[in-house]
Amino acid sequence: MIWATLLMALREIRRNTMRSMLTTLGIVIGVGSVIAMVTLGRGATAKITNEIANMGTNLLIVMPGAERRGPASTTAPPLKIEDAKAIEREVSSVDKVAPTASRSALVVYGNKNWNTSVTGSTNEFFAVRRFAIELGQSFSDAQLLGGQPVCVLGATVRKELFGQGDPLGAAIRVGAVSCSVIGVMAPKGQSTFGQDQDDFLVMPLAAFQRRIAGNYDVGMLFVSAISDGMTTKAKQQIEALMRERRRIALGQVPDFRVQDMKEISDTLGTVTGALTALLGGIAAVSLLVGGIGIMNIMLVSVTERTREIGVRLAIGARGAEVLLQFLVEAVTLSTLGGMLGIAFGLTISFVATRMMHMPFRVLPDIIVIAFAFSATVGVAFGFLPARKASKLNPIDALRHE
Amino acid sequence: MTAAARPEVAPLIELRGVWKSYGRGDAEVHALAGASLRIDDGEFVAVMGASGSGKSTCLNVLGCLDQPTRGQYLFRGVDVGKLTLDQLALLRRNYLGFVFQGFNLLARTTAVENVELPLIYRRVGHAERRRRAMKALEEVGLASRATHTPAELSGGQQQRVAIARAIVTDPQMLLADEPTGNLDSARKVEIMRLLVDLNRRRGITIVMVTHEPDMAEYATRMVHFRDGSVESDEAVGP
Repeated sequence: MIWATLLMALREIRRNTMRSMLTTLGIVIGVGSVIAMVTLGRGATAKITNEIANMGTNLLIVMPGAERRGPASTTAPPLKIEDAKAIEREVSSVDKVAPTASRSALVVYGNKNWNTSVTGSTNEFFAVRRFAIELGQSFSDAQLLGGQPVCVLGATVRKELFGQGDPLGAAIRVGAVSCSVIGVMAPKGQSTFGQDQDDFLVMPLAAFQRRIAGNYDVGMLFVSAISDGMTTKAKQQIEALMRERRRIALGQVPDFRVQDMKEISDTLGTVTGALTALLGGIAAVSLLVGGIGIMNIMLVSVTERTREIGVRLAIGARGAEVLLQFLVEAVTLSTLGGMLGIAFGLTISFVATRMMHMPFRVLPDIIVIAFAFSATVGVAFGFLPARKASKLNPIDALRHE
Repeated sequence: MTAAARPEVAPLIELRGVWKSYGRGDAEVHALAGASLRIDDGEFVAVMGASGSGKSTCLNVLGCLDQPTRGQYLFRGVDVGKLTLDQLALLRRNYLGFVFQGFNLLARTTAVENVELPLIYRRVGHAERRRRAMKALEEVGLASRATHTPAELSGGQQQRVAIARAIVTDPQMLLADEPTGNLDSARKVEIMRLLVDLNRRRGITIVMVTHEPDMAEYATRMVHFRDGSVESDEAVGP
């Protein structure tokens, strides 16, 4: 009986192609969108978290200008190389300090030129900002002290000027200065906000100050705390030291600021949390819409199906036999739809995460929840009307309007 | 249905003072009001009456599609009122065939599959099912349309498919509710000839509800209903 009923249910599914397809489609969309949304949300979160870790959660940035909205004040006196040395020497929770100064310049090699950012700094820069040297080497002490015109290229600059060629030893022109390439940094790719993190080059701070900037100002200090947990302490200590060095009394608004990557990462964490919640909300709505779709298709066909049940009862089917057939139909369609939905959702999110350079994380719990919900709706609305109809007198089922 | 073993003893059908009422109190309506009727094997009974006279309700009760409110319905001496829903289903499955005014074929289902349906519930194997369904279709002259769906068939053809579905199980009794109601006169005659043939040749007892005296002429007995009970009962025909 089970086997015959199963065959009959499958025949009914094939026979009512349109109804079967629409029911299945409802479940596919419900399940698929939930999985796609939540997987994307999780991917975005993972990407941002990765990037922050990549940037360094123990990173602090010291820059001139009061802490307020808008651009940094231009009236605040610039930082000096001595500030960097003092912080490194006097603040116990600080590991390394990289003083930097930057400006944009045109770099030329042969017939190729590229507008990029030129940063003057020390070897600490590579450590604090976590740029690995992929090719060649970092600066020697002589190059740093003597302010020799040498540079280490970001991956983008190397690609623009040299393509696949070997850049080591080549002489490029940076602004008005001829400069020889001694190294290339490993690429980091785009940041969360779409910035190319590899579009710059580094030269010794002394060379930059003397040959390009024409002054001894330092724009920013990149500071690494000795550990991730020490950033808050490091921030307090640096602020205290800098107040002293710049002669700002307690209670007075400082003309510099210290940014803590941990704060930034916490903020981003809140943002991505909100993003995931939002996507989850959208997904829940799509699940609901998909569920209503399934429900509608099932309810629209109730009249026709009730008559069908009447016919089957009249020609001698027992209530249980009719019910079993309808149950098998509903379960088959819901399961089929659910599996297609999972495949659909995973495919969409896989393609989307690849396109957006995000990690692809499969979330089994969401898959199970989406599948269970849709299947329940499908089975409930396929089965319950049939159950009601099978309890009627056959003549009432036949006359159902 | 142990009683089926001694058909010479119990009549096929016996209604004893059957009532079917709807509603309650002052609003109570009696579709059947103490109807009594006996039908023997091999009869072709035409049930006539104005609309609301209870003739259709009587047929539904006979077909176990509906239960009487009061009174007794004996099928081969068995009190149908004491059977469970499942037992009623088995009774319909093994002894009865139905032809409805509105055909009631399954949509998007071919003629032969429609005819096979009762056999599925009788656990007949696939090959045997197909063979018997084709034979029934041949009997109603529609073997050539076996793979057509109801939508591709005329009303007369659909009704013949419905008759094939009703007789494919070799029922003891065929119940027809206005089987010609939706057809033009030429088709009506066609269907009636088919029913007469099934009655005479195969000995299937037929109970047919109709409001058309012309159609009733084909029967061997005419029962008139009025206000829920039998008003007249006479033999007709050749």
